[in-house]
Amino acid sequence: MEILVASGIGVLTMVGLYLVLSRHSFPVIIGTTFLSYAVNLFLFAMGRLSIDKAPIITKGVTDYTDPLPQALVLTAIVISFGMTALVVVLALRGFLETGTERLENGEAHRRARARKAERR
Amino acid sequence: MMHLIVAPIVLPAVVAAFLVLVLRHDLTSQRIVSMGATLALLAVTIWLYLSATDGAPTSYQLGDWRAPFGIVLVLDRLAALMLLLTALLAVAVLIYAMAGWDKAGRHFHPLFQFQLMGLNGAFLTGDVFNLFVFFEIMLIASYGLMLHGGGARRLRAGFHYVAINLIGSTLFLFAVGLIYAVTGTLNMADLVGKVAQIAPGDEALLRVGALLLLVVFALKAALVPLQWWLPSAYAAAPGPVAALFMMMTKVGAYSIVRVYTLVFGADAGAVADVAAPWVVPAALATLLLGAVGVLASPTLLGLACFSIVWSMGSLLLALGLFDQGGLSAGLYYLLHSTLSGAALFLLADLVRAQRGRIADRLVPASLLPHAHLLAGLFFVAAIAITGMPPLSGFLGKLLILDATWRGPLAVASWVVLLGTSLLVIVGFARAGSTLFWKVADRPPEPVEAARSVALPVAVIAALLGTTVLLSLFAGPVTRELTATAQQTRDIKAYVRAVNPAALAQSRSEPR
Repeated sequence: MEILVASGIGVLTMVGLYLVLSRHSFPVIIGTTFLSYAVNLFLFAMGRLSIDKAPIITKGVTDYTDPLPQALVLTAIVISFGMTALVVVLALRGFLETGTERLENGEAHRRARARKAERR
Repeated sequence: MMHLIVAPIVLPAVVAAFLVLVLRHDLTSQRIVSMGATLALLAVTIWLYLSATDGAPTSYQLGDWRAPFGIVLVLDRLAALMLLLTALLAVAVLIYAMAGWDKAGRHFHPLFQFQLMGLNGAFLTGDVFNLFVFFEIMLIASYGLMLHGGGARRLRAGFHYVAINLIGSTLFLFAVGLIYAVTGTLNMADLVGKVAQIAPGDEALLRVGALLLLVVFALKAALVPLQWWLPSAYAAAPGPVAALFMMMTKVGAYSIVRVYTLVFGADAGAVADVAAPWVVPAALATLLLGAVGVLASPTLLGLACFSIVWSMGSLLLALGLFDQGGLSAGLYYLLHSTLSGAALFLLADLVRAQRGRIADRLVPASLLPHAHLLAGLFFVAAIAITGMPPLSGFLGKLLILDATWRGPLAVASWVVLLGTSLLVIVGFARAGSTLFWKVADRPPEPVEAARSVALPVAVIAALLGTTVLLSLFAGPVTRELTATAQQTRDIKAYVRAVNPAALAQSRSEPR
């Protein structure tokens, strides 16, 4: 189970990182979503992986699992959910105002291209 | 009585909600309530600072849950100092924003209050996970503030800013997860004992967690190579917002001091001083890159942004020593660079508004409407920021040079700090002479609406006045800061304030 979870987190992070490095806004958004999935899974696993154990003190039970990571992960999920919504709106507004979803530093890029065209 | 410790977080939160729910359509009453709340915050932080100066750190346990389990806020001299600085800056920035910027879009005031809540929370919290939460509150508000007023350029820079900070937050969570996984706690005072007694097999994990955390803080503090987001983001943000953002980079510096003095400090066993080999070299690189950026900037705002990068380099050069002298010198420079940097951003905004279509590009234009006044302010601001005598920048730099002399890399620090200072002086001199002396023979640019400059100028002058005060009262201020640095480095006092049981326990049971 450890290997499965660990490699799952690894693959999610890898996909996320690759997409975040993209030149267009949409893949970047998907990339950050993948990264936040990866970190949520990671936070779950940080209380150790265990099956069939009680999280809350109960009579006659000696084996417990850590209940805290769930609380942490809930906070992280809420925040990353909100941030994803915000960044989607931001990218959409950007697309509507500039007509492109390319992410280069707009003005400098355009000026450089214009200068090159002039020289020709 | 000590319930007031939570006030710097609760007050802006309640006021922001009130502004957005009740006063959403009425700008005048929004302004009155927002200003009133910020002044009240200033009063509270002054009171907190005074109560923090006499004695040990005080902790506040929310809901009276005992320390390692509940949420805990800690007020010590360092936290109180940062709170006071935030509130001072907030009042100045708010007055400036009321001269027109808060009309440029909706919800300026609620976002401003939420930003203050996040900043204050980050300074007060005694728990690494809550530090993450307050970072997020601060960042979410800053996204809104940065995009205030809209426009294609701002949107594009905003997307970069949001994306880089989302990745930063993910790294923060990875770091928090690693630290929790090996220690079983995230309360800073509780971590102190647990980190020192880490099981031998977990050292590598803890070290990775600690250094990942450093990456996150360095991203916030704009240390090279993580500074690329700052110039474009701050230059695109509205003037007063950029001035308030001066505090955001300082949060990164504060977190580095807090976490790597307290948790991963000298007594941390296998991970002792884990950040020390990285911060000073990164700060030297930041100084170099900032100075080159100042020389190369084609706009006044770009110049301001890179001078901030440069000043963060000087700041972390001192703080990165992680000793008594470095910390007190760094804190003096922190006060100076926050106030003078904010003044520079407000001034750049004012100049841009006066120059119409040419905006803040560093090319000769027709004579500015209030050239003498603005040039005078720019002259004072430039002296303060570049660190020339007699203003506080000079004293701050002297203190830093004195502190680095005893540290590692002393010669490199002196050479780089003094050399880059010269570059920055040249950059500022060139910018000032282009802006105010070289007058192009062309008709004046049409300026949108002739705004009154009296209020903005007064705010900028007041901010620059504080740097004058800082240099006039350098003696008492440095004495205060020395005491602050001493208390910050007194780990036992911090732990005793938060969790008295931990001190006794930490020696008996490794996890």
